[in-house]
Amino acid sequence: MNTLIRRLAAFPLVLLGVSSLVFVAIRLVPGDAITAMLGTQAGLLTPAQKAALAAYFGLDRPWIAQYWHWLRALLHGDLGISVTYGKPVLEVILQRFPLTLELALLSMAIALVIGVPAGVYAATHAERRSDLVLRIGAMIGQSTPSFVFGLVIIYVLSAGFGVLPAMGTFTPLLKDPLANLGQLILPALTLGAAFAAAVTRIARSAMLDVLSEDYVRTARSRGVPARGVIWRHALPNALIPVVTVSGIEFGYLLGGAVIVEQLFALPGLGRMVLDAILQRDYALVQGTVLFIAFNFMVVNLLVDLTYVWLDPRIRARG
Amino acid sequence: MTLLSVSDLHVGFGRDPEKSEVVHGVSFDLAAGETLALVGESGSGKSVTALSVNRLIDFGGGRVTRGTILLERQDGSQLDLVGAPEAELSRIRGAEIGMIFQEPMSSLNPVKTVGAQIGEAFRLHHGLSGRAVTSAAREALERVRIPDPVRRLGQFPHEMSGGMLQRVMIASVLACNPRLLIADEPTTALDVTIQAQIMALLAELRDETGMGMIFITHDIGLVAGIADKVMVMRDGRSVEQGALGAVLDDPQHPYTKHLLHSVPHFAHGKAVRCDGPGADGSERPAPALKVDDLTVRFNIKRTLFRPSQGNIHAVERVSFDLLPGETLGIVGESGSGKSTTARAILGLAPSSGRISATGQGLRPVQMVFQNPYASLNPRLAVEDLLAEPVLAAGHRFDADARERMHMLLDRVDLPADSLTRYPHEFSGGQRQRICIARALMLNPSVVVLDEAVSALDVSVQARVLDLLVDLQREFQLAYLFISHDMAVVERIAHRVAVVCRGEIVEMGPSAAVLSDPRHSYTRRLIAAVPNIARRRVHFDLDTSQVPSILHPAGWEPPEVRWLEVGPGHLAREEVA
Repeated sequence: MNTLIRRLAAFPLVLLGVSSLVFVAIRLVPGDAITAMLGTQAGLLTPAQKAALAAYFGLDRPWIAQYWHWLRALLHGDLGISVTYGKPVLEVILQRFPLTLELALLSMAIALVIGVPAGVYAATHAERRSDLVLRIGAMIGQSTPSFVFGLVIIYVLSAGFGVLPAMGTFTPLLKDPLANLGQLILPALTLGAAFAAAVTRIARSAMLDVLSEDYVRTARSRGVPARGVIWRHALPNALIPVVTVSGIEFGYLLGGAVIVEQLFALPGLGRMVLDAILQRDYALVQGTVLFIAFNFMVVNLLVDLTYVWLDPRIRARG
Repeated sequence: MTLLSVSDLHVGFGRDPEKSEVVHGVSFDLAAGETLALVGESGSGKSVTALSVNRLIDFGGGRVTRGTILLERQDGSQLDLVGAPEAELSRIRGAEIGMIFQEPMSSLNPVKTVGAQIGEAFRLHHGLSGRAVTSAAREALERVRIPDPVRRLGQFPHEMSGGMLQRVMIASVLACNPRLLIADEPTTALDVTIQAQIMALLAELRDETGMGMIFITHDIGLVAGIADKVMVMRDGRSVEQGALGAVLDDPQHPYTKHLLHSVPHFAHGKAVRCDGPGADGSERPAPALKVDDLTVRFNIKRTLFRPSQGNIHAVERVSFDLLPGETLGIVGESGSGKSTTARAILGLAPSSGRISATGQGLRPVQMVFQNPYASLNPRLAVEDLLAEPVLAAGHRFDADARERMHMLLDRVDLPADSLTRYPHEFSGGQRQRICIARALMLNPSVVVLDEAVSALDVSVQARVLDLLVDLQREFQLAYLFISHDMAVVERIAHRVAVVCRGEIVEMGPSAAVLSDPRHSYTRRLIAAVPNIARRRVHFDLDTSQVPSILHPAGWEPPEVRWLEVGPGHLAREEVA
């Protein structure tokens, strides 16, 4: 309980640090927002008009003042207005976020469903042929870039079965679950493949460690059959590193998966933030980065809570 | 009636078990109600032999390559466990053959409650479920005399002490009334008083249930209290076996004789050294180390929602002198503050009180730690390891230092080519010699030896002790020798200080303290030390808890009164 409150208290500090970093970083990129916004038409503006526009968006003031202004608005729940969308930043983000969240969750589910049993199987068959096959598979899965997977999946489906993944407008889950799933399953598989490979590798090595522990031998000496030894005694002890790795991967996915979103034409956070950077949409970039950082911290917190749930020793220390 | 009959057992490891054999043809018989002790040092094959009996060795990469293991089943039939299929074996394990291991702390699953782990045997072998499991588990805990069993069932292993956990292990093993119990060094990781408790419990339960028992130990002294038969093992072979009395009183094999006679056994103060400073009538020198009112307290920090819980009084007002050429043994059980005292003297723990060391060396106090495997940096060659203290003291590793290094290496009996080798190329005993040489590099006047021989095999232990005595005489070293092992302390210490809960309770010449202990704690400690002379002693089970050393902030211990019970022999007055 104590730890939880301490962790929550750290949230604002981390967010402040992240926000100031991104605030400075994006302003160090050459080029200005007005030019980026208006494209070639910017050349038609007189310097006076440009200055007026900059003053309108508050871009003419010193960075510190801009930051202070932004921070004060933030405290009132206002992330500012996105210049590209002409809408409040939070609204733009929340519109994109469900897809990213769903994609991340789906990928993680795929990764765990495949990775954990594969890792356990590899560990219990260590140094045998099946283990070798799984290890090589995991290595390939982890080292292949996701767009390669995505392209292969798309190619196999379209060339082999004449099916094309539904692209274009995204269907929210609640509107039409089946259509939604149909849209997301392939990108989720693409992302899940590398994720599953990471989970397999970590689950295998954690299981190997645990299987040589004294308490596993004790369980065997008590007559627990192989299945019970592996799934009831060993696996719960091997899950902590799996949770760690899954948490980190999941956290990254919540920041959007630019390449896979691009490949499957999905309107997720990744593409949005990329566009925002290219457009010098300061408010949107700042807001999104803050949002991503916040998500990352929430995921980290969830990971830690999972540890506590998994291991009574951590509970005692908490 | 033979319960278990092992004949010509061969066990090997790895891909080619016939080639890498570690047990070469061991045979023994065990009757119901009988206890066989397997005695040997590490690597003798005693644990491998025992693990072969219930075929757990298969999971450790081993294989029985030849021989038979005949077990008489519950229904009177006989089964050769060597050829038995795994499914059959897992029905036998737990139900007919139970096993207790050395490390109770690591032998229970950390993420499962004690109740779940005891209950598992009832679920598996008796088909119980739900409430019936809980009540059976509770009865099992009562059987091993664990107080407050209902609360214990819901606890996790880390919430219990080592002694309690070993009782939990025993409870879970006895759940199914196995006909055969294999106990693999069940008390090695425990304090002597706890060891005595566990031994008493095992003997009592064996008599009650009539099970056969294989008791594995490296400590031949422990055997006398429990075994009917003894088998001494070395290098994967049985060198001698027979009835307890015959083996202990009339050993035939030289190795058995060696284990019985050249290895330290506790002798109630009869085996103490009498070469201390001033023993020959000469004037006693000035102390090399003077410790006054040494106190170490650890504050349990307050947190946002919890006020400070007070202080852990780890070491409380410890005072002693240590003369050049003298050994002061500090004995006590785990958690008594022995090691914290050592660390405080070296300035490794925050302390109050006065510590003054005199000597011509740069850093007059040096230390040797318990674990020779962990206290040498594996990436440094011996030469670098020995140069380290010199460099750390801010000096150049010059010709003089090099000369001293060669001299010390020779004095600790390490070959001259050791300098370019790395720690993993040495045995445990050799590594401890390197640690000793390293401690002597700066020419200290005091060496703190914290359980310095505890991790070594008994015969290696004896040789390292001899070396320490030689070095002490040669360099007039003062030793602060910290150990839980009374037999070892008796061999090396001129004086003994007994610590309990952070405080010295008795101190004096070894002969006096060990032969005529005055404080109740010292008496209990000495009574619990196993001894080859004591056959089948009965210990009463004691379930009392040690009081906590956590005191509220501002708490000061009451004034202590010392009684001088003999020349230089002090004992704390006890309030009844």
